[in-house]
Amino acid sequence: MKDSGDKTKKRVAVAMSGGVDSSAAALILKREGYDVIGISMKLLSDELSGKKGGCCSLEDFNDARRVADILDVPYYVLNMQKEFSDRVIASFVTDYSSGKTPNPCILCNQEMKFDLLMKKAAQLGADYLATGHYARVDYDDKRGRYILKKGLDATKDQSYFLFSMTQDQLSKTLFPVGSFCKDEIRDMLRDAGISIADKDESQDICFVDDGDYSTLIEKSVDKTKPGHGDIVSEDGRILGTHDGIHNYTIGQRRGLGISSLKRQYVLGLDLAGNRVIVGDEEGLLSGGLMATSPNWISIEGLKGELEASVKIRYSLNDHKAILSPQDEGSVKIRFLEKVRAVTPGQAVVFYDGEEVIGGGWIERAIK
Amino acid sequence: MYDSRVYFDHNATTPVDPEVADVVDKATRELFGNPSSIHKDGRRARRSLDEARRDLSLFLNCNASEVFFTASGSESNNLAIIGAAYALKSRGSHLITSTVEHPSILKTFQYLEKQGWRVSYLKVDSKGRLDLEDLESSIRADTTLVSLMMANNETGVIFPVKEAAAIARKRGVMFHSDAVQAVGKIDVDILSLGLDMLSIAGHKLYAPKGIGALYVKEGLNISPIIHGGGQEFGLRAGTENLPGILGLARAAAISKSILADESARLKELKSYLKNGIERIFPEIVFNGSFEDSLPNTLSLSFKGISAESVIIAFDLEGFSLSAGSACASGAISRSHVLGAMGLDEETIDGTLRISLGRGNTIDEVERFLEVLPTILNRLN
Repeated sequence: MKDSGDKTKKRVAVAMSGGVDSSAAALILKREGYDVIGISMKLLSDELSGKKGGCCSLEDFNDARRVADILDVPYYVLNMQKEFSDRVIASFVTDYSSGKTPNPCILCNQEMKFDLLMKKAAQLGADYLATGHYARVDYDDKRGRYILKKGLDATKDQSYFLFSMTQDQLSKTLFPVGSFCKDEIRDMLRDAGISIADKDESQDICFVDDGDYSTLIEKSVDKTKPGHGDIVSEDGRILGTHDGIHNYTIGQRRGLGISSLKRQYVLGLDLAGNRVIVGDEEGLLSGGLMATSPNWISIEGLKGELEASVKIRYSLNDHKAILSPQDEGSVKIRFLEKVRAVTPGQAVVFYDGEEVIGGGWIERAIK
Repeated sequence: MYDSRVYFDHNATTPVDPEVADVVDKATRELFGNPSSIHKDGRRARRSLDEARRDLSLFLNCNASEVFFTASGSESNNLAIIGAAYALKSRGSHLITSTVEHPSILKTFQYLEKQGWRVSYLKVDSKGRLDLEDLESSIRADTTLVSLMMANNETGVIFPVKEAAAIARKRGVMFHSDAVQAVGKIDVDILSLGLDMLSIAGHKLYAPKGIGALYVKEGLNISPIIHGGGQEFGLRAGTENLPGILGLARAAAISKSILADESARLKELKSYLKNGIERIFPEIVFNGSFEDSLPNTLSLSFKGISAESVIIAFDLEGFSLSAGSACASGAISRSHVLGAMGLDEETIDGTLRISLGRGNTIDEVERFLEVLPTILNRLN
């Protein structure tokens, strides 16, 4: 186990957002005797972070700083605005304008927290990086691998957001709150006199104001590209016009502005033709999907077919499916029962019980 | 760990001199009267206020009636610039400053630009030096004010304000200098400098925060920006912060008595530090003209290494240093001063500022030089 050894000599950098979970992470590690340093990433300009509900407002830094003071640990804000813009926001914009519905929080974990921040933590002499994610990491001697597991509190599990972690990253990561329930975490903070215990959880994408991502994308993309285009049925009949495909997501029903006898849903986004394809609910059902850039955690790689529970969105339940390796490293996933609204750009994560087998990025649905 | 910390950030602020702390403490407890009151408590306070004003005028070499107390260096700068711009509005609406001033100068000029003034920003060379010919050629018929800092807070580079003031005087233009970083580090003699206005701040001079002063030459009228009860000869309303004022006056007197020895000592310490760093890291770049800089300030760039990480790593080892300026979140923001000197982004991001002060010893510098290689190896 990586946790063995003298904790008093081990330095941990805790990624603190000023929220409940990362504050509890710092509290738990401090109590366990680690040499704790609190770090916040400043990812957004003051202008962008002024809005409510984000994770990088001045208020949040002040909360994090206050918690660090109570715990008597040093606290720093690292300026990572440029890297965030280059690595996360840019890809978010590209994905949306190419008809995908991206998941920037996973990319932020992958590119910012467990890459850049982890490197910076190591530069500061930290042995580990800790975050407030509801997930667990164990080392399995038999397999000789670090295993990522769901958080103990099934309703709070965040392992979906962590599927892209490498073995090296897992070996240097601590998820202290993963072994607790949310209520226990709130109680723990309250007992310690840390008054952020009742703070709301951040839900929105931190760099998007009030869910209005269209403005961000319209500001960033090539103005010479046509914005509006046709809304068409599956057989190509023109039913209406749209104001840019980035405004639509698979499974969307509202705001289509077309009249039809049956309820119409967005079934697909055709980038080449600049078209939004709509149809009735059956059209949303998929028998499977193709995923690219897979990352494997509990296994070294996918050798043959493998049965797994898969999650195609954070908020959705698992579906039973068969994974099979494809050429060029991609993975084909066939659901045992058809699944609704497979959305390109989102992550698909494979589970065996509470263990994360691995995951990938959804390229397209298969009928 | 905290008892043995090494403080190398005196340009950010200084610890309060114990003797000054005693003066402030005593005044807080005993001199509660309002200097404007007619009764004995008021008169006692008034007498101390007058004495402090006289002491500070001796330090600056000006008349007591030319010293106005404010609450900070930033307020002094705002008062000087806005006050002069408005007072001279009928004569013109063009102002001159430099690109490397403190934010309390630059943002104030930007504010005036929004109110209709035109501002010329003088550039500096790669060593942070000003070209006086630029100043000469920037002065127009409608120029009313020139404001140039005496010494830069980030690089320590000293501007030739005496010569600049002479140019302004010749053309009938008012001259202000932000001397917040200069006082206490180099000799600031208003009579010989020939300035019209000069700003100072207590907390850079081993006095507490919350006290500053502005020198305004006799006979010059500037407009107040805080209106009220007529304190400070009608220029700055608000009941006087007597403990702070007495603290500033005492701090100035102490600083004058030790200035020559102390600046020589700091200069030697700085050279020792500079040579030591060069030995460890030969690729190091020192910013700003070394000859024309404050004796205590060293700006150095580890190109390709994040200054942010260096500062944090040193903090964890017990040393307080800084980079450029910090923003409200506490994150480091990119220095406009180094940018104005034409340094590339990578160099700016690798720039540290070490600013020495009274408490620092050769032993502390040696400890710093011992820790430096370990930290650089980890970051490289």
